[in-house]
Amino acid sequence: MDDSLVIGGQKIESRLFLGTGKFSANGLIPLAVEASGAQVVTVALRRVDFDHSEEDVASYVPPSCILMPNTSGARSASEAVRLARIARAAGCGNWVKIEVIDDQKYLLPDNQETLKATEILAAEGFVVLPYFSPDLTVARRLEKAGAAAVMPLGSPIGSNRGLRTEEMIRILIAEIRVPVIVDAGIGRPSEAAYAMEMGAAAVLVNTAVATAQDPVSMARAFAQAVAAGRRAYLAGLPETSDVARASSPLTGFLYD
Amino acid sequence: MQITVNGKPEEVPDGLSVADYLDRREVAPDSVVVELNGSILTRPDWATQTLSAGDRLEVVRFVQGG
Repeated sequence: MDDSLVIGGQKIESRLFLGTGKFSANGLIPLAVEASGAQVVTVALRRVDFDHSEEDVASYVPPSCILMPNTSGARSASEAVRLARIARAAGCGNWVKIEVIDDQKYLLPDNQETLKATEILAAEGFVVLPYFSPDLTVARRLEKAGAAAVMPLGSPIGSNRGLRTEEMIRILIAEIRVPVIVDAGIGRPSEAAYAMEMGAAAVLVNTAVATAQDPVSMARAFAQAVAAGRRAYLAGLPETSDVARASSPLTGFLYD
Repeated sequence: MQITVNGKPEEVPDGLSVADYLDRREVAPDSVVVELNGSILTRPDWATQTLSAGDRLEVVRFVQGG
């Protein structure tokens, strides 16, 4: 059975997307990407600091990967649009993760501005993956605006608090036709597996891998978890019950 | 002449091209995107685009991010 994920007309082999933030050394990035099996890898955009020569992080992302720049730093749709256009000009593709945040405490996205940016960038031919707070109405508008997928947060970026928005994500998975990719807050492989069991199309993980004691090993753990969760979802999870339902027969006992 | 680079004022020689500026700053050309006065300047134009007083240059690169 073909269980491929298709985004922006492209078949994506792995349902684990990986962020490159917070790695203690750029050299860990290709190792973590390989261990994770991730095909989609995010990066950010910043001004060059001429006083501190730094490596181009994109050169650490394997060429077979799809580079997905995020618009982090943008506080408005227009700033996100500008960043996306700059990212595309780098010549590494036309995928973009829209990240519009004007809240430094919780890093919660601005859904309104995210929608505006999605409308503009989708019309310009970008493959747009908006990061947003799970809200069905907003998701429907994002889908209508041409988002290639929608990326609801599980809990605040870097918080490792898991799927706090679970109920809202379930609703999105049930109602939204484009892939629903849980992005932000997934803190452990079991949470990634849980998201996949719920029917998420993919998950995007960064902090939980990059800040693990052994990031490369953790990347592999996440890969296994995502595969297990997806397989479980496809295998058809049984229902839960309030009472016990015996596993061994209720007849032929050795006592009367 | 004075221009603004990445938000900071800077004195540069008159008639400097964008390519020359990046060279002076030892920036690897294929690791950056350049925006001049709000418009993206593609690489083929860097050598021919000369900077003028008051120009706003942004030199942007990919960094780690989630």
